[in-house]
Amino acid sequence: MAGLTVTPARRARPARRKRSYGSALVLLLAGLYFLVPVAASLWFTVDDPAKGVTLDAYAKGLGDDGMATSLGLSLRLGLATVALGLLLMVPTMVVVTLRLPKLRRVVEVLCMVPLIVPPVALVAGVSTVLSWQQDLADTPLWGTFQVLVNKNFPLVLVLVYTVMSLPFLYRSLDAGLRAVDLATLVEASRSLGASRLATLWRVVVPNLRPALVSGAVLSLAMVLGEYTVATVLGFEPFSVWMVHVGEYEAQLSVAAAMLSLLITWGLLLLLTNLAGGRARKGRKTTA
Amino acid sequence: MTTTATTAHQSPPAAETRSGGVGLRLGGLRRTFGTTTALDGLDLDIAPGELVALLGPSGCGKTTALRIIAGFETADAGELLMGGEDVTATPANRRDIGMVFQSYSLFPNMTAAENVAYGLRVRKAPKAERAERAAELLELVGLPGRDKHYPHQLSGGQQQRVALARALAIRPRVLLLDEPLSALDAKVRLQLREEIRRLQLELGITTVFVTHDQEEALSMADRVAVMKDGRLEQCAPPSELYERPATPFVAEFVGTMNRLPGVMGDERTVEVLGQRLPVHGDCPDAGHAVEVLLRPESLRVSAGEGGKPGAAVTADGAGPGEAATVRVATFLGGTTRLHLTTASGAEAKADLPSWEAGSLTPGSRCTLTPHDHPVLVEETA
Ligand SMILES: Nc1ncnc2c1ncn2[C@@H]1O[C@H](COP(=O)(O)OP(=O)(O)O)[C@@H](O)[C@H]1O
Ligand SMILES: [Mg+2]
Repeated sequence: MAGLTVTPARRARPARRKRSYGSALVLLLAGLYFLVPVAASLWFTVDDPAKGVTLDAYAKGLGDDGMATSLGLSLRLGLATVALGLLLMVPTMVVVTLRLPKLRRVVEVLCMVPLIVPPVALVAGVSTVLSWQQDLADTPLWGTFQVLVNKNFPLVLVLVYTVMSLPFLYRSLDAGLRAVDLATLVEASRSLGASRLATLWRVVVPNLRPALVSGAVLSLAMVLGEYTVATVLGFEPFSVWMVHVGEYEAQLSVAAAMLSLLITWGLLLLLTNLAGGRARKGRKTTA
Repeated sequence: MTTTATTAHQSPPAAETRSGGVGLRLGGLRRTFGTTTALDGLDLDIAPGELVALLGPSGCGKTTALRIIAGFETADAGELLMGGEDVTATPANRRDIGMVFQSYSLFPNMTAAENVAYGLRVRKAPKAERAERAAELLELVGLPGRDKHYPHQLSGGQQQRVALARALAIRPRVLLLDEPLSALDAKVRLQLREEIRRLQLELGITTVFVTHDQEEALSMADRVAVMKDGRLEQCAPPSELYERPATPFVAEFVGTMNRLPGVMGDERTVEVLGQRLPVHGDCPDAGHAVEVLLRPESLRVSAGEGGKPGAAVTADGAGPGEAATVRVATFLGGTTRLHLTTASGAEAKADLPSWEAGSLTPGSRCTLTPHDHPVLVEETA
């Protein structure tokens, strides 16, 4: 009996080792694929033919007003986009799931459209609308346009980015909603005396937290890296600034890219931790 | 089958946990979904503190009825009174109803204690009171010390216990249970149904229990309401339902039933299986061909050839019975169920004590005689 159980295990071992060699190789290749450009960039930023290894580029970047301003703008745009997107999509998706399941396909198609429309096409439409501003000089709408294109915080970018983040939000929320029996949870909450708002806040949102966070992370990453729309509309968030700087100071531009990589990773880490804790602990329910 | 139902409150209820109950009245409830009629004029009166089981085949409208009581669904027509007060327009969160769902419905992001305390939290009860009540209720449902467990760390049975505690924590006026045991395995199901009944009696809470399991309904309920196609067929205590079903549907849905061909005789009697039996209740005129509904335990099976079809029946109704062949014998423990074919070609099921069934193996010949009056007779269509 014992022999029977030992033999297959002994035989299985070389196979498993072979497979682990295989996966190690894949991991190594994937790692190189990501790490080589990062390492090369890093080397480029710290290598100075005259002084050897130096952190001057980083010091300069951190000290640069343009960088602080543009990075701040990018972050504020990202957060506003995430907030607006969630405010729009969470109630919509919850209502569609609970009340109007027939509309699910419609909402899905609508939310996927931004994936198909290239940003250049999208921004062409937006520029056209913005160009009407001249004709509206005497009307109250003129003020609205001024707010939309305010250089300090261009609301028009938030609106466009929100549209562009719909596919990410839809996908994440859809997966999150399918993972819980929301209808029953909401009914349980209602029968226990909770109002609709209390139910949304205490039951729906906590149980969708992983989905909300992943949607937010994806949207945020998209905004931080977005270039086309911002540059065509003539604003200067971080990505646009990086390109501008690169034209005359390559090293600074790449150093900024490295910093932005760090910042993005930091944000992802932070948000993923936010998603953890109790939401992660309580997510799986034994069937 | 257990047909015992405890109608009296057994133990003196603990004063502070007792939530009491109010009467419930469903009057002519009607609800359609597109072309499906889920409820077609459902009438039901439930007394305070009573446990009524809604029993019926899948799709007969049980869940819809319960959801209308809970306020998750609105009736197209009809009225719903709770303690004499019309609650048709009251939103679900103001009805003070405790509900236990068929699927696991605990909030996955909260511990067992937080789940139980949820209703009190939305009612803004002080924290200390919430914790105390949660502990008290978890104890009541037999889960002391599980307060810090998350739903996914509990078994299915434990989750339904917590769900029950959560529903009871708000001292509801009515408790609704929608097939709460159907996802559990047999042993847990049996145990939990006894506990639900014990708690219900202890708290004296008006309860509607939906099930498609007749044994569950008969063993737990004060009264069983049998539904068919969105209507009430009969609402009666379990023993009455079993012994005096109002309609053939109830007769066949509750317990096991034989349908045997017979002929109406004079003076409210029917001839079946070579015997003449008295008929209680409505019956067709003499000479009509009928189907006779007889319980398996009302048939006597004796080894050896008996009477032939159409053999003479003596004046007192006693007759030779009818010859039959055993097709299948199913051992069920104390009793054995025989599936038989009579000489005239009818199919019958008979239950007899296992010690008597030893010689009645498949293929053996025997004699079938009824020894109890039929439950119902129905004119052959
Ligand atoms: N939300 C709904 N939409 C459409 N049809 C429904 C809905 N709810 C119930 N029904 C239909 O109403 C009938 C009764 O359903 P239900 O009350 O769930 O029956 P039961 O609980 O007795 O199995 C079924 O035919 C079901 O398909
Ligand atoms: Mg149902």
